[in-house]
Amino acid sequence: MEIIQIVGIGIIAALLVIIVREQKPQFAFLITLFTGVFLFLLVIGKIGAVIEVINELANRSGIPDVYLKTILKIIGIAYVAEFGAQMVRDAGQESIASKIEFAGKIFILVLAIPIINVIIETLLSLLPLGSS
Amino acid sequence: MEITAIFQIAGVGIIIAIMHTVLKQMGKEDIAHWITLLGFVIGIFMVIDVIAQLFQEIKSIFLFQ
Repeated sequence: MEIIQIVGIGIIAALLVIIVREQKPQFAFLITLFTGVFLFLLVIGKIGAVIEVINELANRSGIPDVYLKTILKIIGIAYVAEFGAQMVRDAGQESIASKIEFAGKIFILVLAIPIINVIIETLLSLLPLGSS
Repeated sequence: MEITAIFQIAGVGIIIAIMHTVLKQMGKEDIAHWITLLGFVIGIFMVIDVIAQLFQEIKSIFLFQ
């Protein structure tokens, strides 16, 4: 029942943040940051196990390795960008947060372009008009 | 990397707040601000280890490096 641990940590951290924020908002931000990272580190091991299984399934079904790697990279970028944006937003900098999200979207788009390319080429080869 | 680090950071924050108040009562405003900065740097050093660990994990799981 790790979920109880996680909920407990979250509640305690929120309490501490409320207490400390009255005096020193900087430390409240540090506690928020630390708690966010800590909670993610608690569950990242399980994510790793799931991804290993997905990897093995993809290998067995003969899907090219590139696709899975791209998707996992996109998930990683999405998570990091989301995390950074939320932390910056907690610190009260809405505009920087939206720039971080924007950068994340751009990087995801860049990674997705090879896949889009493959899809379009497949479509063109299916179309009878495309060859003429 | 333990849960106690949260309490450590909160404790540093509270202690710094108390020192800040005391120093302000004594009329040493500038020293109080330096103390705040110092405490903040200590807190950042506590947090930065965990952030580095987080990014390492994300790299090894999602980005295959």
